[in-house]
Amino acid sequence: MAMTRQEIERITNEFLIEEIEIDPEAIRSDAKLKDDLGVDSLDFVDIVVIVERNFGFKIKAEEMAGVSTLGSFYDYIENKVNG
Amino acid sequence: MRRVVITGMGIYSSIGKNLEEVKESLYQGKSGIGIDSQRTEYGYRSPLTGIVERPNLKELLDRRMRTGLAEEAEYAYMSTREALQQAGIDMDYLENNEVGIFFGNDSSAKAVIEAHSIVLEKKDTTLMGSGAIFQSMNSTVTMNLSVIFKLKGVNMTISAACASGSHSIGLGYLFIKNGLQDMVICGGAQETNYLSMGSFDALSAFSVRTDDPTKASRPFDANRDGLVPSGGGATLILEDYDHAVKRGANIIAEVCGYGFSSNGGHISQPSNEGSFIAMSRALEDAGVNASEVDYINAHATSTPLGDMYEAQAIDSIFGEFKTPVSSTKGMTGHECWMAGASEIVYSILMMQNSFIAPNINFETPDESSAKLNIISKTTDKNIDVFLSNSFGFGGTNSALVVKKFRK
Repeated sequence: MAMTRQEIERITNEFLIEEIEIDPEAIRSDAKLKDDLGVDSLDFVDIVVIVERNFGFKIKAEEMAGVSTLGSFYDYIENKVNG
Repeated sequence: MRRVVITGMGIYSSIGKNLEEVKESLYQGKSGIGIDSQRTEYGYRSPLTGIVERPNLKELLDRRMRTGLAEEAEYAYMSTREALQQAGIDMDYLENNEVGIFFGNDSSAKAVIEAHSIVLEKKDTTLMGSGAIFQSMNSTVTMNLSVIFKLKGVNMTISAACASGSHSIGLGYLFIKNGLQDMVICGGAQETNYLSMGSFDALSAFSVRTDDPTKASRPFDANRDGLVPSGGGATLILEDYDHAVKRGANIIAEVCGYGFSSNGGHISQPSNEGSFIAMSRALEDAGVNASEVDYINAHATSTPLGDMYEAQAIDSIFGEFKTPVSSTKGMTGHECWMAGASEIVYSILMMQNSFIAPNINFETPDESSAKLNIISKTTDKNIDVFLSNSFGFGGTNSALVVKKFRK
């Protein structure tokens, strides 16, 4: 089922804030996942679980090679969900 | 040899979530036992358990710190927080000094079973999440607390069945006594969820006196029909005496004897001989005569055989002195991996407040318990020295002797 970009961003931001406990003020499209949002390798394991639960697909590490900012993460999810 | 003192303690159990609440419950003889109906649905023979409320750690720890904590590690975190606070140890101290940790824990079943259930459903281990491994290992308590409290000393978990908590204190005592550490966080933790105790229930070891849960755990009573599982977390800060004095710490008590033995016999049946050896060694190590012991906190779990053998062993050492004995498990149930540590906390609370907590539900003695001076009602009494027993599956035995602190 297709989702709007707005919906994808809302769901993603919500779980980053609620479940990964990222400071809401740090949430910006150009924020770097690792350096700005502080997402480490263990957080990423949990993000894989949460994305599977919310969007119904499993993130593959090799597909994440070019994903470094939150904006590119939204793009990645959008492609997987709607692509 | 160095002297080993206790400078802080903390408790989170079915009879209270801190020292003050627990002290009151001990004095009142209040039971922490109830019914968990989920156990009946799951297929337990007995739904009886100590009722322990899960702490809300969201305000206290960030997500990364919480993710790896299994249920028993949450309890241990709460008791350790309280113990460090009482010892006057803050994060600044912990970051700049070498503090060790020995904690008794012998299962983390819920974490293992829940992770397994996810894989069964999803056929993909990555969907267990990052916390599963850190929650699933027996060392979940020590691995997490050492990170949370930035510990830099000895760091390991003691798995010795229902004597785990007691051995952890014994080992902390030995490390400090021999000059290997100045301060060690010791304790025991026990999960209380229904997934963790099914295999113990399978042995028909639990009481089925469900009509009145608070009467179910009745150590030494002739009509006892089994133990009631329970849990939580208990912590003691053990410290070298000179070190404690130097930093101006308030000294609560002194650990002065540790005795251990193994029965070399049956996997689940206790032995009066093994218990006797552990107690005798603890007294010898402490340089204390049996006549000097003011109180014995018995291991007695409310099982027919275990209580009988312990009563025989206590009688053979303390019989002529009619030393007061009580098992606090009448109130708490059997806190298993935690019990050896929590019962030191309970006994020190009695020592500090000059009373003996009752062995509740001891109404009718049997042949063995009739020989002991079992305290069934709260009794005001000065306690200078106490002995605490812990015995576990596989025949592991531990006894500790603790004294009121005197310069």
